[in-house]
Amino acid sequence: MRTSWQTIWSDRGGRLGIILLALFLLITLLAPAVLPDPRTMPDIAGGALLPPSPAHLLGTDHYSRDVLARLVAGARVSLAVAMGAVLISVTLGAAVGLVAGYLGGAIDAILMRLVDAALAIPRLFLLLLMVAIMEHIPLGVLILVIGATGWFGTSRLVRAEVMRLRTLDFVRAAEALGATRRGVVARHLLPNVAGPLAAATTLAVGDVILLEAGLSFLGLGVQPPTPSWGGMILDSKPFLVYAPWTSLPPGLAIVLTVLAVNLVGEALAQDSAGARP
Amino acid sequence: MSTWVARRVGQALLTFFIAATLAFFLMRLTPGDPLAGLTEDRPIPPADLAAIRERYGIDQPLLTQFARFLSGVARGDLGASIAYNGRPVTDLILAHLPPTLLLGGTALLLNFLLGIAIGVFQARRPGSGVDRTLTVISLGAYATPSFWLGLVLAWAFGTELRWLPVAFMNEPYLVGAPWYDRAADTLRHLILPAGTLALVTFGATARYQRATMREALALECIRTARTKGLPERLVLWRHAWRNALGPMLALFGLWLPLLVAGSVFVEQVFAWPGLGSLSAEAIANRDYPLIMGATMLVTGAVVAGSLLADLLHHWADPRLRAT
Amino acid sequence: MSALLEVGELRVSFPGSRGRVVPVDGVSFTLSRGETLALVGESGAGKSLTSLALLRLVPPPGRIDPGAALRLDGTDLLGLEGEALRRIRGRRIAMVFQDPMTSLNPVLTIGDQISETIRAHFRLPAREARRRAESLLTEVGLGDSTDRYGSYPHQLSGGMRQRVMLAIALAAEPDLLIADEPTSALDVTVQAQILELLDRLKAARAMAVLLITHDLGIVAGRADRVAVMYAGRIVEEAPVDRLFAQPAHPYTKGLLASLPRLRGPRKPLGAIPGSVPVPGQWPVGCRFHPRCPQAMPRCLTEPPVVPLAAGHSMRCWLGVKES
Repeated sequence: MRTSWQTIWSDRGGRLGIILLALFLLITLLAPAVLPDPRTMPDIAGGALLPPSPAHLLGTDHYSRDVLARLVAGARVSLAVAMGAVLISVTLGAAVGLVAGYLGGAIDAILMRLVDAALAIPRLFLLLLMVAIMEHIPLGVLILVIGATGWFGTSRLVRAEVMRLRTLDFVRAAEALGATRRGVVARHLLPNVAGPLAAATTLAVGDVILLEAGLSFLGLGVQPPTPSWGGMILDSKPFLVYAPWTSLPPGLAIVLTVLAVNLVGEALAQDSAGARP
Repeated sequence: MSTWVARRVGQALLTFFIAATLAFFLMRLTPGDPLAGLTEDRPIPPADLAAIRERYGIDQPLLTQFARFLSGVARGDLGASIAYNGRPVTDLILAHLPPTLLLGGTALLLNFLLGIAIGVFQARRPGSGVDRTLTVISLGAYATPSFWLGLVLAWAFGTELRWLPVAFMNEPYLVGAPWYDRAADTLRHLILPAGTLALVTFGATARYQRATMREALALECIRTARTKGLPERLVLWRHAWRNALGPMLALFGLWLPLLVAGSVFVEQVFAWPGLGSLSAEAIANRDYPLIMGATMLVTGAVVAGSLLADLLHHWADPRLRAT
Repeated sequence: MSALLEVGELRVSFPGSRGRVVPVDGVSFTLSRGETLALVGESGAGKSLTSLALLRLVPPPGRIDPGAALRLDGTDLLGLEGEALRRIRGRRIAMVFQDPMTSLNPVLTIGDQISETIRAHFRLPAREARRRAESLLTEVGLGDSTDRYGSYPHQLSGGMRQRVMLAIALAAEPDLLIADEPTSALDVTVQAQILELLDRLKAARAMAVLLITHDLGIVAGRADRVAVMYAGRIVEEAPVDRLFAQPAHPYTKGLLASLPRLRGPRKPLGAIPGSVPVPGQWPVGCRFHPRCPQAMPRCLTEPPVVPLAAGHSMRCWLGVKES
C-alpha cells in the first residue's frame, strides 16, 4: 500500500507541486527572520514605491512597506484562511454525505434537495449575501463563512462513494455479522472514502485561496491592515503602471501556490480513481 | 422522453425556488442593517429612516417579507434598489444584461475553442513532454486570479503597447458614428476582457476534454474505424470526438452561467458596463436588493444551464435518446 | 492458385518487466485466393494478435519484430506507411471482430458506418455510396426493413450487429477477410446463421478468409485448411479433412478428443491436463511438453517443423524418425 506521499511524488506533476509548496513553506517560515517587519513604514514620503533593490528585494509599496515581507505575511494569512475554511467544509461535507449516503430514504432526499439548491447559487454570490451588509468582517467570521459555503460539492462526492460502497460485498458482510452502524462507517466506509476525499480537499484549498483573494480585492475579505494577496493587488491597482513590483508579486504568488496545490490534488485524484475497490 | 423532460424541468423549478428561499433567509439572518449603505456616509433622521423602511417593506415581519419576495421572484419582480432610489431591480438588471451576454458569450466561445483544441491535442500524445507541459499550463492558467490577469493584460496591451483599449465598451466620441464603426470599436474593446475571462477558464475545459477524449480513443470501435481504412482525421473527429461529445455538451451547459455571471471581477477591472459591474457597485453601496436580484438571476442561469446540460447530454447519445 | 498472403516468421513482442514478451513467436503461413484458412487455438495462443499484425494494428507498445515477412500479392506490407497502409486496410484486407456491440460506433447509424467505408476507398457521391450500403444490407440479410440504414447499433440484436459488421467489412470489396471469433459472442442458433452467411458471401466474391476461432467444431466443412496454434506458434497445419481424420500433433489430438460428439459410444469428455502457459513464461523446448501425454526427454529442445504429407506438417519430435 503506497502512502499518499509516494503517490504524489511518483506523479511528475505532483512532484513539481510538492517541491513548490515545500519551497513556499520554507520561505514563509524562514523569511520573517531576515526580512524587515511588514508593518514598518520607515520613510513614508521618501521610501514609498521604491523599485527592487538589495535592501528591499521586491521594492516597497505606497506605504513604504517592504513588498516581499508583506507577501510572506500575506501568505500566512491566505493559507490560514484556506486551511481553516477547507477544514470546516470537508468536515461538514463528509458528515452530511455519510449520513445521506448511508441512511438513504427521506433523509437523503431532503438533504440532497437542499444541497442541489445551495449548489445552484454561485459561491461568490452566496458569500456576498452573507458579508455584503456586514459592517466589519472579522477574520474568524470570514473563515467560517467561506467554510460554510464550500461543503455542498464534498457532500455529493462522499454520498456517491458511500452509496457505491454500501452495495459492495464487504460492507454487506460486516452488516450481516452484526456490526454497528457507527462501526461500519468508521471501519469500512471512511477509509475507502478517504482517497477521493483527499483529492477533493486539496483542490478545494486552491479554490479558497482564489476566492479569498477575490473577496479581498472587492474589499470584503481580509480587512486591512492585515496583509493578504488579494488586498495587495487591490491596493496596488493605482500604481500598476509605474510600480509594477507592487502588483505582480502577489498575483504570481497566487498563481504558483494554487498551481502547486492543484498539481498535488490532480496526482491524488488520478491515483484514487485507479485504486478504488 | 417528453415525460422525462417535463420531470427534469419540474425538478429545476423546485431547485430554483428552494435556492431562492435559501438565499433570502441567508441574507436576512446575517447580522447587519439593510440600510447600512444609505446611512454609511451621511446621517439620516430617524423619521426619514422609518419612512424608508416602510417604503422598502423592511418593517414587515420576516415571513411576510419572504412571501412578497417569493411571489415577486415568480413574477419577475425583484424588488427596488436602495442605492438607485427605488428603481426596480429588474429594470436595472435587464439594462445591464446585454453587455454581459456579449462578454460572457465571447468568453465561453473562446474557452471552448481553446479547451477542445488543447484537450484533443493532448489526448493524442498522452504522457509526452508536450502533454505534461500543456497540463501545467492549463492548471496554471486556471490558478490565475481573473482580476489580476486583467490588470496585467490591460497594462501590457493597453498602457504599454497601446494596442487595445482597456476600459468601457465604446469610445465616447463614436456616438453618432455609423454602426459598423461602432461595432468594430466594441469588438476592439471586447478583446481584453473576453480574453482574460477565457484564459482563466479554459484550463478546466482542456482537462476535461483530454480525459473524455482519451476514454473515447480507447474504445473498441476506434480500432474498427482504423481497420476500415478511414483517414485518421475521420477516426479522430467523427468517431472518437463524437463519442466524447455528450460529456462535453454537458460541460458546456454547466459553463453557461458564465454568460450572465460574466465576471464581477473582469467587468470591474475593465469598466465593462454589464451585470458584473452593477454587482460590484451594489457591493460597494451595500445595496442588498440589487445584490439579491443579481443573485437570483445567476442562480436561475445555473439551474437553466444544468438542465440544458442534462438535455444536451441525452440528445447527443442515441442510446439515451430513446429513454 | 497463387499465394495472396504470405506470412513468414511473424513475431510480435511487447516490453515486459523482465525483458520482452513475445506472444506471437515465429508464425508462418500462406493463404491463396479464394481459400479459407482456419487458425485454431485456445485463448492466449496469440491468434488475435497475429491477425492484428497483418493489418499493422498491433496496439502500442507492442511491435512487429524485424525479420518478419509479410506480403500481400507480392507487396511488402511491413514497408508501407501512412496513406499506402490506409489503402490496404478495408480495401484489400478487411476484418470482423468478435464483439459487434463494442466494435460498432454507438453514436453513428449503421448505414453511415457502411457508407463511410465505401467513400473512404472509392470516390463516390454520397447518394451512390448510400445505395451501395443499402444493397450490402440486403445481401447480409438486413434488407427487410427500409429504415435499417438509419438505425443505431443498440437497436439491433447481436446477430444483426454481426451482419452489419460483415457488411462494413465487405463494403470496399476486399480480397481477404479476417474473421476473428466472428460467432463467439453470439447465441448458438445465431452462430450457424452467421457462419452460413459468411460462406455465401465468400463464395459470391471469391474472397480468401482467415477464420480465427477456438472452436474446432465450426471449422469442419467450412475451412479448406487448418493451422493449429499453441503458445505463440503454429504446431500443426493440414487440409481440413486430413486434420480431422489423421491429427498428428498431440495437442491437436487433445483438442479433437475434447469435442463433444452427438453419435457414437458415450465417453467422458476428454480434457487436456494443465493450462495454457502465459506469454513470458513459455516452457523450455517444446511449449506443449508439460501437458503432452507423449512427452520424451528430447522435448526439452525445440522441435523442428516436420512435413508429414502434402500440405500437412507439424512441429513435434514425434514426426522425426530415428535414424
